[in-house]
Amino acid sequence: MIKTLKQFSKAQIMAWLDAIKDPEIPVISIADLGVLYDVQVEKTTVEVSILPTYSGCPAMDSIQEDIIKHLQKQGIEQVRVKIINSPAWTTDRITEQGRQQLHAYGIAPPQSKTGQPIACPQCQSTNTTCISQFGSTACKALYRCEDCLEPFDYFKCHV
Amino acid sequence: MKKAIKHYLLRLADSSLTQSQRLAEWCGHGPFLEEDIALTNVALDLLGHAKLFYEQAAEISEQDVSADDLAFLRDVDQFRNPILTELPRGDFAYTTLKQYFFDQFNVLLYAELMNSQYQPLAEIAEKALKESRYHLTRSRDWCLRLSLSTAEAKQKIQSALDDLYFYTPELFETDDQLKQLLADNVMPDMQALKQQWQQQVDQLLQQCQLQAPTSGWLATGGLRGEHSEYLGYMLADMQFLQRAYPGCEW
Ligand SMILES: [Zn+2]
Repeated sequence: MIKTLKQFSKAQIMAWLDAIKDPEIPVISIADLGVLYDVQVEKTTVEVSILPTYSGCPAMDSIQEDIIKHLQKQGIEQVRVKIINSPAWTTDRITEQGRQQLHAYGIAPPQSKTGQPIACPQCQSTNTTCISQFGSTACKALYRCEDCLEPFDYFKCHV
Repeated sequence: MKKAIKHYLLRLADSSLTQSQRLAEWCGHGPFLEEDIALTNVALDLLGHAKLFYEQAAEISEQDVSADDLAFLRDVDQFRNPILTELPRGDFAYTTLKQYFFDQFNVLLYAELMNSQYQPLAEIAEKALKESRYHLTRSRDWCLRLSLSTAEAKQKIQSALDDLYFYTPELFETDDQLKQLLADNVMPDMQALKQQWQQQVDQLLQQCQLQAPTSGWLATGGLRGEHSEYLGYMLADMQFLQRAYPGCEW
């Protein structure tokens, strides 16, 4: 017998999905990162749409698995994850809370919204230099603080 | 039309895959750590683009094939990339200039493909364009940096230009199937694209104070599956695992 999913609301499922973190930056949820796009509750299946950050990002596979496992734990057996390329993900989708979490974790958040200079997440100095436009993962660039001399990751602007 | 679209999707996928594979060969061999990471970052993005194109090609295939089957189980004469992307990685100047030609091409192409009447292609182009722009900034900067630095660097990038220049017109080649796609507004006019590309390239070469060669062997054939010997070696390396252990995953 197939259970119908009427008893699950979209808001409830969204709230559950908020527990899923980015596997490479485990302090920010996929919702705050702007990767979680939509949830559709169908008769027997829940469809979760996600926007991949970078097209080669290996974290997307593990995010898909996490979504399926997590919802199955809540009793939703049939979960389908749909990857959407349009609208394309941009860093403007990262929430204010997400930006604060990145900063607290030691990653300077993207500055496309504010146009502010890139501040060192350790000492807040804006006297910083880009060392490489490409960092340890596709979404980050490598910076150095000229005051405290610490290198740090900058979550680069992607618009 | 489906057949022509698949043909074009494979052209795009094979181009990104072979370019990605050559960049990935730099892993552990970059001139310094940050650049090693940058090269493989770009390789990963291009692999992502290839995956998107292959997935769409698999989706509309008449046979039951996956993106992996298309990437790892086709032979040389079934690949549709231009010869430029299968050329050996060469030295850093050679890789850099080859990447610049490819990035400049992709940025212009994807901007046009965003308006494709074939919606899945328009969506992939929207995604890929953002990343290609970032790649272009890097490869342009490096062309300038190498050209305007030491005599040795300049000589290396000039020699790369002499070797690579006549491989670039093949990027814009079309055949009957692609002409049909142009008529159906699936893909842009490659001659118009070539003019835009040439303008950008000429401008950069001038800034770099580099001289394009005036004559050379004009590469052609990739679209028909006629490749250089390099592709066979690349596929042997890249496809070995899937061929030796079919369906292997980890
Ligand atoms: Zn600092």
